[in-house]
Amino acid sequence: MHNKSIAELAKGLRSGQFSSVELTTAFLDRIKQHSVLNAYITVTEELALEQAKAADARLAIGDAELLTGIPVAQKDIFCTEGVKTSCGSKILDNFIAPYNATVVDKFNNAGAVMLGKLNMDEFAMGSSNETSYYGAVKNPWDTNTVPGGSSGGSAAAVAARLAVCATGTDTGGSIRQPAALCGITGLKPTYGRVSRYGMIAYASSLDQGGPMTRSAEDAAIMLQTMAGFDDKDSTSVDLPVPDYRVGLNNSLEGLKIGLPKEFFGEGLNADVAATIEAAIDEYRKLGAKVTEISMPSLKLAIPAYYVIAPAECSANLSRFDGVRFGYRCENPADLTDLYTRSRGEGFGKEVKRRILMGTYALSTGYYDAYYIKAQKIRRLISEDFKAALSEVDVMMGPVTPSTAFGIGEKIGNPIEMYLSDIYTIAINLAGVPAMSVPAGFVEGKPVGLQIIGNYFAEDRLLNIAHQYQQVTDWHQLIPNDFE
Amino acid sequence: MNSQWETVIGLEIHAQLATRSKIFSGASTAYGAEPNTQACAVDLGLPGVLPVLNEDAVRKAVIFGMAIEAHIAPYSVFARKNYFYPDLPKGYQISQMDLPIVGVGHLDIDVDGVTKRIGITRAHLEEDAGKSLHEDFHGLTGIDLNRAGTPLLEIVSEPEMSSAKEAVAYMRKMHELVRYLGICDGNMQEGSFRCDANVSVRPKGQKEFGTRAEIKNINSFKFVEKAINHEIERQIELIESGGTVVQETRLYDSDKDETRSMRSKEEANDYRYFPDPDLLPVLIDENFKTQIKAQLPELPQAKKLRFKTDYNLDEESSTLLTSSRQMADYFEAVVKESACEAKMCANWITGDLLAVLNKADLDITDSPVSHERLAGLLKRISDDTISGKIAKQVFEELWQSTATADQIIEAKGLKQITDTGAIEAIIDKIIADNQDQVEQYRSGKDKVFGFFVGQVMKEMQGKANPGEVNKMLKAKLK
Repeated sequence: MHNKSIAELAKGLRSGQFSSVELTTAFLDRIKQHSVLNAYITVTEELALEQAKAADARLAIGDAELLTGIPVAQKDIFCTEGVKTSCGSKILDNFIAPYNATVVDKFNNAGAVMLGKLNMDEFAMGSSNETSYYGAVKNPWDTNTVPGGSSGGSAAAVAARLAVCATGTDTGGSIRQPAALCGITGLKPTYGRVSRYGMIAYASSLDQGGPMTRSAEDAAIMLQTMAGFDDKDSTSVDLPVPDYRVGLNNSLEGLKIGLPKEFFGEGLNADVAATIEAAIDEYRKLGAKVTEISMPSLKLAIPAYYVIAPAECSANLSRFDGVRFGYRCENPADLTDLYTRSRGEGFGKEVKRRILMGTYALSTGYYDAYYIKAQKIRRLISEDFKAALSEVDVMMGPVTPSTAFGIGEKIGNPIEMYLSDIYTIAINLAGVPAMSVPAGFVEGKPVGLQIIGNYFAEDRLLNIAHQYQQVTDWHQLIPNDFE
Repeated sequence: MNSQWETVIGLEIHAQLATRSKIFSGASTAYGAEPNTQACAVDLGLPGVLPVLNEDAVRKAVIFGMAIEAHIAPYSVFARKNYFYPDLPKGYQISQMDLPIVGVGHLDIDVDGVTKRIGITRAHLEEDAGKSLHEDFHGLTGIDLNRAGTPLLEIVSEPEMSSAKEAVAYMRKMHELVRYLGICDGNMQEGSFRCDANVSVRPKGQKEFGTRAEIKNINSFKFVEKAINHEIERQIELIESGGTVVQETRLYDSDKDETRSMRSKEEANDYRYFPDPDLLPVLIDENFKTQIKAQLPELPQAKKLRFKTDYNLDEESSTLLTSSRQMADYFEAVVKESACEAKMCANWITGDLLAVLNKADLDITDSPVSHERLAGLLKRISDDTISGKIAKQVFEELWQSTATADQIIEAKGLKQITDTGAIEAIIDKIIADNQDQVEQYRSGKDKVFGFFVGQVMKEMQGKANPGEVNKMLKAKLK
């Protein structure tokens, strides 16, 4: 039951092969059985069974959508009414959200069942899920390695079949990188496609929620529910949402693929490179035309990102001050003590590092040299993407320079950790959509192929990924011990 | 004041925009609710919430910009102003920095009969913070976030005022303007209209500005004058005794009539402004401006001019009657309703009505005598139903009761007697009873005429038509 796709499960629920309660119970059991992965921060068993019952009732009267009764898990960055929403941080360990994120409302309206809240790097800052207050998540393909981050809990849960699918958020690669390291399908939509209301902000101009699933078809179903204009989010875009499944089987004959040579240079593991090249060969067989392109501004993406994202986060995280909600230090002596100790004790190291970097970059005397300069680079990168995507339909390359690294291996070296997002960050700066698709294995560890498309071309990306998944089975492989 | 010094003053006025809901949330802006009952998730700065701009706040800012003939920015940007304070829920205030919605404009003020144009540097939109309550919490501080997110327009003047008097005139003129435009209720007790004053002094003739001090949060015209005068005196005394003024923020204490230091420049926050990524830039096109221009009310200056020419009013009356839009509306309603001579309407409003309103500390909008009821009274004066003297008596009744002038005149029998027969009988009786005076008059003592008029009116309880009495008396005494 737990290996079925959303479409198969929907069919099973309708034919009475199993009920949502049975399906949900099976997943809840698996979550307990595999708690060693530490994928969940909170399991909402009672709520899940309640929702499953309601879903069964909807199914019984024929008032069901595709996601009705399907067990889904939410990254713990999305506010869920009445349920702890921690964002992976001690400072929100006691925070019960009093409202639902728009995305959560949409799943509820679709009748989906929420299994619980997934582990993540603290405030989505990290590439290994090791910065979580709730401890590292383990990669189901090799439990000594990281699942990637920040949506590490989401990727591990989907890979280990602890949820049918999960939400993730992607600020610099936080959906695609863990999807690649855990061998699942992840889609970061165009900035503005999915509402950010109720999604706790890290870097507002880059954050975007998206689906993390086993297949492109599942991702299409999930995105259908998540996408759309929200009048509560001024940066969400008021464009109609296409039917993401309708074009999945379109032919790729004549598809123009560009390979940015900057994605294949120094730093890329040779075996990963070979795996990506093999995947691109598959596309050639499917009728695609492949050309090499160049985007020189890509090398500026990491420094620009590590100015803009920390700058925004330094303000976004000011609300965690111990005054109205969240962690408050014991017996504050005065206001300054309340602030410094609540924040000092409540935030982890990486979060503090980024708040400090951002505060510095915005300070008088440094603002022009850092923040303004980074914004200029960002515009340059966007222009490069626009230009490239007027020549080719999509770009392809690796998601990460290597496969999953060991737990503890990079956590002491932030620069090295930051470089693991070298191929994903520029996409967020430009705001275009991109996917990670399982493309093979190196020494038993998954490799992800990155497909980058034009603004609001999610349907095209899903079509391109789906066609690949029709001729390969990387996305169907299950890690040992999680069959 | 010491004549070797001259003063430079600039004002930053915070006008609360009279929108129904807050600038970035749907919560109500009504004043006086129970603490924290008008603060929604967005106002509380909960994790994950996002601001959505209230279009009405933008509209009101543009109305203001047009009224001061300012440049309206086609592209303006909201920025985050970062600082920690318990009543600032997000740890930053959403304001505008580099690209404000209203650019350079001006306002003309009148001081001692001279008109002076004061430059306005800019006006920008921002959200208000909440309130910290330091009493009643046993040494702890309470936070009320009802006010958090209330839209403010911060209006920054050029440093072009040279006395407290000019500063007050500017503040009054601005107060009048925002109320005219209907963009701010101007309620200073509730903090809807308040200002910060930047004050510096320099030796007469010197070009460079002296070091300025900023006096924060002054919420009355009286205090603005006192605070500035106090600050000028403090700075001059300081310099003359060999000290130097330091750039700092000072607070005016109205109880002690003094300003005291809040924080120095060194202690000042680095606000680390940057564009708010949660909000899109505000784009204002010609179409939007044209729409607003069409809705723009007549401005005080234009209205005053029109009152002078159309109603033939003098400077003083037209100034008084255009001091607020409500006052002007009241006047025009009375003129229209009564169809009386405008001058008479003006005299009654600026004289009798204003006197009692001021005495009762009431605004024209709260006048117990509505424009219909006042017009009803004036009609009866102009059609000679009652005399001007009786009218004062009726007006008092209008103020006390809810009856109309006609009802009062009827009930109290105040109708003027124009029946010549009745008047003649009384005149004959007075003449018969006062033969001495009759002889005096006839021998040329014209002044005695007044005595007869007085006697007749007294006998008739003031209700006789004075014109008729004069005419008949003159004939009988011949």
